[in-house]
Amino acid sequence: MNCIVCVTSVPDTASVIKIGPDGKKIDEGGIKWILSPFDEYALEAALQLTEAKGGEVTAVTYGPARAEAALRDCLARGAHQAVHVAGGEATLGDSFTIATVLAKAFAGRSYDLVLCGVKGVGTDCSQVGQMLAELLAIPHVANVTKLEVGDGSLTAGRDVEGGQERVECPLPALITCQKGLNEPRYAALKGIMAAKKKPVEKVEVASLGVTEGADPFYVVRSLELPPPASEGTIIKGEDDPAGAAAQLVNLLRSEAKAI
Amino acid sequence: MAGILVFIEQRNSDIRKASLQALSQARRLAGGEVAAVLVGSGVAGAAPGLGAYGAAKAYVADDPNLALYSAEGYAEAVAKAAAATSPEAILFAGTAMGRDLAPRVAAKLGVGALADVVSLERDGDRLVARRPVYSGKAFATVDAGGHTPQVVTLRPNVFAAEETGGVAEVVTLDGLALAIRAVVKELVDTGGGEIDVAEADIIVSGGRGLKGPENFALIRSLAEALGGAVGASRAAVDAGWIAHKHQVGQTGKVVSPSLYIAAGISGAIQHLAGMSSSKVIVAINKDPDAPIFKIADYGIVGDLFAVIPPMVEEVKKLAG
Repeated sequence: MNCIVCVTSVPDTASVIKIGPDGKKIDEGGIKWILSPFDEYALEAALQLTEAKGGEVTAVTYGPARAEAALRDCLARGAHQAVHVAGGEATLGDSFTIATVLAKAFAGRSYDLVLCGVKGVGTDCSQVGQMLAELLAIPHVANVTKLEVGDGSLTAGRDVEGGQERVECPLPALITCQKGLNEPRYAALKGIMAAKKKPVEKVEVASLGVTEGADPFYVVRSLELPPPASEGTIIKGEDDPAGAAAQLVNLLRSEAKAI
Repeated sequence: MAGILVFIEQRNSDIRKASLQALSQARRLAGGEVAAVLVGSGVAGAAPGLGAYGAAKAYVADDPNLALYSAEGYAEAVAKAAAATSPEAILFAGTAMGRDLAPRVAAKLGVGALADVVSLERDGDRLVARRPVYSGKAFATVDAGGHTPQVVTLRPNVFAAEETGGVAEVVTLDGLALAIRAVVKELVDTGGGEIDVAEADIIVSGGRGLKGPENFALIRSLAEALGGAVGASRAAVDAGWIAHKHQVGQTGKVVSPSLYIAAGISGAIQHLAGMSSSKVIVAINKDPDAPIFKIADYGIVGDLFAVIPPMVEEVKKLAG
């Protein structure tokens, strides 16, 4: 059971987002970069599968130099190999180009299952996994919160509005992983030390025949902060909660027209 | 001028409201003809009525193998309809199905896709989309780089559905090469009749201030009185008080209902990111300095255990 886990490096979810000087990208000053939270579920699922069935976990990222930290995190948690396709500054949010680069980077690698996070926290496109599956000509199941892998096939639970689809699928296949699938492990100190010595295979994006930015499928015209919230009506309800409740319901009805 | 194709989602032949919203938006934008593509089994009867929302033609892929959703099967049908119409854009409602299908279709057609779009306008031959990024901490204005078709998923309940009258001409899609490997065996109802937060127009959410799982009953009673859904903060979900499907925020669901009530939620930046685009925000918290009050339109500084029960009574009075 060989697994490839696609990961990405994103701003910590606690980050305050500011707009950079070009008005198209975020200001990266002071941003702490982390392994995208949903990728943790993908990695954990791959580690559990290979622990149970043998085989190797390869973590792959396509990103700038800082993305190597996300790969080291994967290695520290138990991934066997790591591949860093260097680049990605000009293709942020361009799901199709990212999927194209990953598909090319997969050439010559064997896999039974490809795992992605349900989305990269930040660009929030939630598209690379499905596009990659199409380009690799394999089936996919997205938004997976339950997974059983048998001989040559998998059964997955995929969350949809108000329900869950139970999907059966032959391998090789791709899944995108949602919170609830498992409880990701933390890297132990021993793992962190060992990860520093493990090699990270470097691939230049140009060697895959892709010229970044030459033919984009996602062009950012501008990036803005949302308009600031106007000051709200705050009722003091410590002494007369029932009165405050009645006043609030009345405001929601007559002023906000929300109920 | 090339037209716009809209994927129409149905469950048991009930057309999703969000798909009609997409269809109406297509009609507002299209330079050419608007076409719909309806996929399923025994769904053809619902096709002519799509004309009322602006579809001149409705392409129907009707096959027993398409009774339940399949990304591969549905992508084949949409691609067939795209081949028949050569549209400048293909719109999808940004539901679980649309968000899954659109990227698969786009890659099949060799193009990108713009996801979770909240505004879509025309600039010459390009559609210009505005979409939240960093879970709504910022908004990006983007286009598809001049590639066609421009594949776009629209966030539900942001675009208005407008009934204008008319009947769509039904065209049957034949010769589908269905090679479905990932097969949906069943759709299990896990909602227990509850409204899903992703679809709700009103959401009442609870957080750490509830002090324990049993007190979600209080949140539920207000949600029920308002006809809304139950949401939760990450803290409440991680404590095991309620299932993850209720989580609102950066690692949960990003929502924009008409009314969002946060009770006992202080308002961590990750939570605010997931709900700050709601139309009306109400906060109930005993800490007057809680960050949630900074983005609230209305708020009560007080004990939620003392405030919510009379709120439920007041709401019931309005309904009665």
